[in-house]
Amino acid sequence: MNFSAIKVIYRAEMMRAINTLFQTLASPVISTSLYFVVFGSAIGSRIQTIDGVSYGLFIVPGLTMLTILTQSISNASFGIFFPKFNGTIYEILSAPLSFFEALLGYVGAAATKSFVIGCVILITASLFVDLQIQHPVWMVSFLILTCISFSLFGFIIGLWADSFEKLQIVPILVITPLVFLGGSFYSINMLPPFWQTVSLFNPVVYLVSGFRWSFFEVSDVNVWTSLTMIFVFLALCLIVVSWMFKTGYKLKE
Amino acid sequence: MDSIISIKDLSKVYDNGFQALKGINLEIERGEILALLGPNGAGKTTLISVITGIVSASSGSVTVDGHDNVKSYRQARQLIGLVPQELTLSSFETVWNTVRFTRGLYGANTDNAYLEQLLKDLSLWDKKDNQLRMLSGGMKRRVLIAKALSHAPRILFLDEPTAGVDVELRKDMWAMIGNLRESGVTIILTTHYIEEAEDIADRIGVINDGEILLIEDKAELMQKLGKKQLIIELKEPANAIPSSLVGLDVSLSNDGMVLTYTFDATANATGITKLLNLLSESGLQLKDLQTTQSSLEDIFVDLVHKDSELTPSAKA
Repeated sequence: MNFSAIKVIYRAEMMRAINTLFQTLASPVISTSLYFVVFGSAIGSRIQTIDGVSYGLFIVPGLTMLTILTQSISNASFGIFFPKFNGTIYEILSAPLSFFEALLGYVGAAATKSFVIGCVILITASLFVDLQIQHPVWMVSFLILTCISFSLFGFIIGLWADSFEKLQIVPILVITPLVFLGGSFYSINMLPPFWQTVSLFNPVVYLVSGFRWSFFEVSDVNVWTSLTMIFVFLALCLIVVSWMFKTGYKLKE
Repeated sequence: MDSIISIKDLSKVYDNGFQALKGINLEIERGEILALLGPNGAGKTTLISVITGIVSASSGSVTVDGHDNVKSYRQARQLIGLVPQELTLSSFETVWNTVRFTRGLYGANTDNAYLEQLLKDLSLWDKKDNQLRMLSGGMKRRVLIAKALSHAPRILFLDEPTAGVDVELRKDMWAMIGNLRESGVTIILTTHYIEEAEDIADRIGVINDGEILLIEDKAELMQKLGKKQLIIELKEPANAIPSSLVGLDVSLSNDGMVLTYTFDATANATGITKLLNLLSESGLQLKDLQTTQSSLEDIFVDLVHKDSELTPSAKA
């Protein structure tokens, strides 16, 4: 195992974020604050509690998920797309390291960044609402698993994309709608029965529901189902990545 | 022969059907400087990319100091440093960080003293904290060389190292390559500047259309393929080539002052004595004599040209 290579890739990716620390952190903090002002205070004050939880509080887990999903995907996909785009990928390909080691470096860094951002959002949220976490271990586990799974997914997108357009298309056309329709801002029990059934095909529903349960013990689906679904998604990503590894997909001609 | 890289029946067909390499067989000797010459699209970069692991071979094998470059890729790649043709660097990285990054990729321990010396040797030390986007093209080229040498490889590939490089840097580079060779590093460079190969290579390989047309010791190559010419300056202009010389490979300059005789330097009989006898019989007065040997460039153009005539398919 070439630990040194994993370390330098991880460090280089982290340095990229640290060098632009203000942008890295300011954007999630500002957008979270805006959501709270608009949904939590302005509109939320006119919405009755959902499952006994005030609306401002109710949206915290969904809001956190919304940000870490998009951050994981964009961090990991840019991380591997840029070396492909500017040609520096030659170094990774000709160095004595395996695909798996490169993956650990890139995905590890992307997941770390998302995790930190997730924590920053929760801290920001606690300034607006009285945040109480019933099951902190579950909460952290959900957060970490989501960061890793979606960073892996982002890595796959970054490898697949051969243009900036493709790089953006999945987050915009797939992830954002799934997150908004995944119960980030409402309980899916509020939907008509037909749309409730449709929602169960949306993987984000399980992420948000499980994550919300760890805060309030309130959930749309069973917490174990949520956990299983995250592992299924993680397994799917790993299968795709190992196939890419075997075939040298989009990396080696 | 003690070869450090051994290439057997190596072929590469790209996904679009283009066959970039056609059954290459090549032994690269330990400690030599091998220059690979060839026109654009001949397959030079593909060959290097396959050896270094950037491109997968379609068939054939490459071993690097006894390690198969696919099965034992870690050991094989550990020995190799690569300077790519394009100036591919991540813009916002600093010189120092990017060199340390490469060294780390090769699993080498941090050795700041070695890297400091390396950057000093390449006149990069005072730029170590500069971002790469702030550097000139020549400086970027130096950074790529520093990266390639950051883990002290035993084999160095330089893909068109002097493309777009000024005279000073080119000289520095030759000096550096000379030093590396003295320390036992094997160097493979591709170029289409013939003088480059002529100046520093021990052996020269000519690639065209995915095939190695020849691989030969430079001096032997020049001798073997080199045509020699005897230039004869006359005191008085001649109106025509003397009739006794018709049938020999002799030409007369337009002003009638110079006769040029082309001969094969390696042949048993060069025909020079006979020519001089015939000249003296013809009554022409000689002013000066000199011989010239064709340059590598002539040899190269000749080879590639012949190859194109033999296989009239479109050359990429």
